[in-house]
Amino acid sequence: MSTEIFQKIAETNNWGMIAPELALGILALGLLVLEVILPKVAHGGIPRIAIIGQLGILGYVIIGACSGNCPTGEAFGGMLHFDGTGQLFRVFFLVASIYVSYLGMVSLDRKTLPQVEYFHILLVITAALMLLAQANHFVMLFVALETATVGFYILVSYFRHTVVSLEAGLKYLIMGALSSAILLFGIVLLYGAGSNPALAGSNPDSLHFGNLAGFLAANSDDMLGLIGMLLVVSGVAFKIGAFPFQIWIPDVYQGAPIPTTALLAVASKGAGFAMLLSLAEVFAALGEWFYPLLSALAVLTILFGNLAALTQRNLKRVIGLSGVSHAGFLLVGVIAARTVDWATTAILFYLFAYLLASAAVFSVLVHLGKEDDSDLTLDDLGDLAKRNGFLGMALAVGVGSLAGIPPLAGFIGKLLIFVAAFKAELYGLLGVAVVGVVISIYYYFGILKSAFFDAWQFRVDEDDAGVLPGASLRFFGKIAIVLAIAGTLILGFYQVPLGDWFVG
Amino acid sequence: MHHFSSLVQYSIAIPIAAAFLTLFVRNWGRPAIQIVSVTGFGLPLVFALFLWGLYDPSEPGGYAFVSNVDTGLSLIGVSLHLGLNGVSLPLFVMAAVVGLAAGLYAAQSKADNLPRYLFCLLIMQGGLMGVFASIDVFFFYFFHELALIPTFVMVGIWGGRDRNYAAMKMTIYLTLGAMLSLVGLIAIYVKSGAESFDLITLKTHLAAAPLADSIQNYAFGFLLFGFGILVSLWPLHTWAPLGYGAAPSSAAMLHAGVLKKFGLYGLIQVAIPLLPEGIKQWENWIVWLALGNVLVVGFIAMAQRDLKQMIGYSSVMHMGYAFLGIAAMSVLGVGGVVLMMVAHGLTVALLFMLATMVHQRTQTFEMNEMGGLAKKAPVLAAFFVCAMMASIGLPGPGLANFWGEISIFLAVYDFRSWLVYAVVAGIVISAVYGLRSIANVFFGEETDEFRESQKEVAVEDMNWAERVPALVLVIVMFFIGFFPKTVTESINDTLQSEPVYAQVDE
Repeated sequence: MSTEIFQKIAETNNWGMIAPELALGILALGLLVLEVILPKVAHGGIPRIAIIGQLGILGYVIIGACSGNCPTGEAFGGMLHFDGTGQLFRVFFLVASIYVSYLGMVSLDRKTLPQVEYFHILLVITAALMLLAQANHFVMLFVALETATVGFYILVSYFRHTVVSLEAGLKYLIMGALSSAILLFGIVLLYGAGSNPALAGSNPDSLHFGNLAGFLAANSDDMLGLIGMLLVVSGVAFKIGAFPFQIWIPDVYQGAPIPTTALLAVASKGAGFAMLLSLAEVFAALGEWFYPLLSALAVLTILFGNLAALTQRNLKRVIGLSGVSHAGFLLVGVIAARTVDWATTAILFYLFAYLLASAAVFSVLVHLGKEDDSDLTLDDLGDLAKRNGFLGMALAVGVGSLAGIPPLAGFIGKLLIFVAAFKAELYGLLGVAVVGVVISIYYYFGILKSAFFDAWQFRVDEDDAGVLPGASLRFFGKIAIVLAIAGTLILGFYQVPLGDWFVG
Repeated sequence: MHHFSSLVQYSIAIPIAAAFLTLFVRNWGRPAIQIVSVTGFGLPLVFALFLWGLYDPSEPGGYAFVSNVDTGLSLIGVSLHLGLNGVSLPLFVMAAVVGLAAGLYAAQSKADNLPRYLFCLLIMQGGLMGVFASIDVFFFYFFHELALIPTFVMVGIWGGRDRNYAAMKMTIYLTLGAMLSLVGLIAIYVKSGAESFDLITLKTHLAAAPLADSIQNYAFGFLLFGFGILVSLWPLHTWAPLGYGAAPSSAAMLHAGVLKKFGLYGLIQVAIPLLPEGIKQWENWIVWLALGNVLVVGFIAMAQRDLKQMIGYSSVMHMGYAFLGIAAMSVLGVGGVVLMMVAHGLTVALLFMLATMVHQRTQTFEMNEMGGLAKKAPVLAAFFVCAMMASIGLPGPGLANFWGEISIFLAVYDFRSWLVYAVVAGIVISAVYGLRSIANVFFGEETDEFRESQKEVAVEDMNWAERVPALVLVIVMFFIGFFPKTVTESINDTLQSEPVYAQVDE
């Protein structure tokens, strides 16, 4: 029987459909080759090649999507499913990866560490996440997820000379392995339940999303199926950092190098929601269990994320914990998507707004020029607005958008989620979300306050200032930051381009 | 579509464009910055006056100068729908007048980093013009937030004593208020089924199929408390005196004078017409809380020794009259509220500006340490007396406030006659603290502290840079006071066409 499956898979292998992922893989390998063949003086150019290559792939994906000839339907024997949402996630992960590459360029330049491997692994992770977002089969989902996660283990502890980075790596390894085990256990249970020939709707290929959804629809009270669903959701909750699986976030975010933190915050979270959106279709028949479970997660995640962030002074921990609360808001969107069909659009918009805002904020953090980036606190922002107005503005726009302040993109994202939640009659969740937003204003305001308000009056001794923030800022860095800010502002005022694309 | 609808758009766009231009020309010297920013404040006023002249009150209730632009949120029924009706036009003009005065005052001030200060102020002005010109409820909210954010920034950076705490408190309170009102607006949007945030669409839709009473009830609750926090409804007012006390004067002028009216305007134009049953459920709440504003806050204002705090409390107190007028739900009462909003905006802005001028001459806001300023600065004293009398509502300089308040009182008498006693007590209270502050600051003997400070800072009378913005406000105040018909006619016509308000009169 297994040969039949392989045969079937081979027949539907359409490699052209995963051209962007393949190109990323080839680019990743190419970087390693370049390191061998290029003379040592030219090694500095390799990260640039990585970025240019990714920009090319991004252009290919966007042009393909805009011209309307993007692949649709299943391929690789049902392993992958292509649609407009998948294309958007491809763009999302590529943009995230380009920003992370840029952050990596800046951050790694200060260290005496091998550089090329970082970009190699980053590209592999991005390719894996892009496949993950389009997975249509639990085997594909798990393999793609593990590829990404193993890459993350390395990137989190990349600063192997710093204790906190190693500690973060170890914590991420243990928690990640645990969550993978939970997810795998859930998948196995679903496989066992779904391919039981004694039950109606069973199918030998029961890990295929469509088949499994059919099986669950016929046996919505199957205990194995329920437990499997619970475990799979737990595994995904780890990725998005939902309560109670957020426990790793503060330490890992703090210890990991800034580019990795950004990748975890944006790409890993996006991947989790890509999974959740496709899983919501698989578990539609178990809606009576699935959605209350998500609701409970959303409430606890929003409250925990915001309350825990209140007392933090370490910047990466604040951003990390605020990211937890963003996961909560997005969960509300996922729940609303059950009844409101455009809620998926709202989630995607929110994710893109979050991506741009995070890109701006992390770019500022990386340019603060502190030797040990796990030790960035609010005090390090002091005087930022005066010492480098450009970075100050970038921080204000980024943090403002994260806080959901009009006229920035983050506000429109939150508004869309709120409207969707109201339409879906999720009044309780909406109430919690509103409380969360109000609490979050406090710590976001705290960040801006330390960057702007104290600065204007008290002058720090100029000689004592150490590295000037933004000393490492070059022309392309400015362009990257300006693009993030401009995107955030434009999406706040004028949503026509992205809106059309989402709906179409 | 009207020929001059683009002027409404320009009134919003020009301050915002000028804001960025101010940053752009910051290295070209002070005059360039001043010219750019004052143009950014002045042109909207020219446009607003022009539109006021063109407005034809014979088209009742309808919006004139309408324009509609799709910004990409048509998915949830949002578009940039601008226009002015009889209620919004006077407020639109008032926003432009106060904006010009605040802008003129800020442009001549010695604030650190003047270009950025003017940048924040111009962004705020753009938002303010947008608030009153929006027919789309979403953009109504959006422009409010656009104006609100620079306020926090200005309080936090250029504020006086306690600015950090004040900025934080304002941010959290006002965000809470904004979120509550947003939930209320979303409730109306979703429950009406009109699939539109457009006020006109919502109105026709809800007139045909009103919402169930229970929905109206809770949606109005959200809007009442959401807007209430923004208008400093007692006991949620504590951010206001603190914030105004700390805010730099131009920011306080624009916020207390104009932006705070957002909540009242929202109740009058959005909440009550859309949720006529809702207000009946909450009527008693409004009355009792508004009495808190008038009496409790009135007594607190009386106890203030700090001039700026006292003005802050007095502005909170006057909001109580506005809420009472709204609760009366008649053309007379609500019309009085709109007139009072216009007059109060001009008055309170003038008071905040003059208080800062007093501070520059006495180096303190403590009224106990002041005295005898009138001899040194007679023009300032004349302006201040004029502004304070207007604020109290005494006929004369305060005719505009007087007309507003008298209409409110008459409406309140029809509504619940006993309330009039409380309201008249309020007038007495404000007369006490108002006149006492005039006496303390300007008359009597010079205090020792004042003599001390004069050794360091010579006291001069108002110079022309200070007189011009004050004159702008005073002239408009007198004009509306002597010719209230220019404003009230359009207000009346618009409110008459609103069935909720008209029905009580008949």
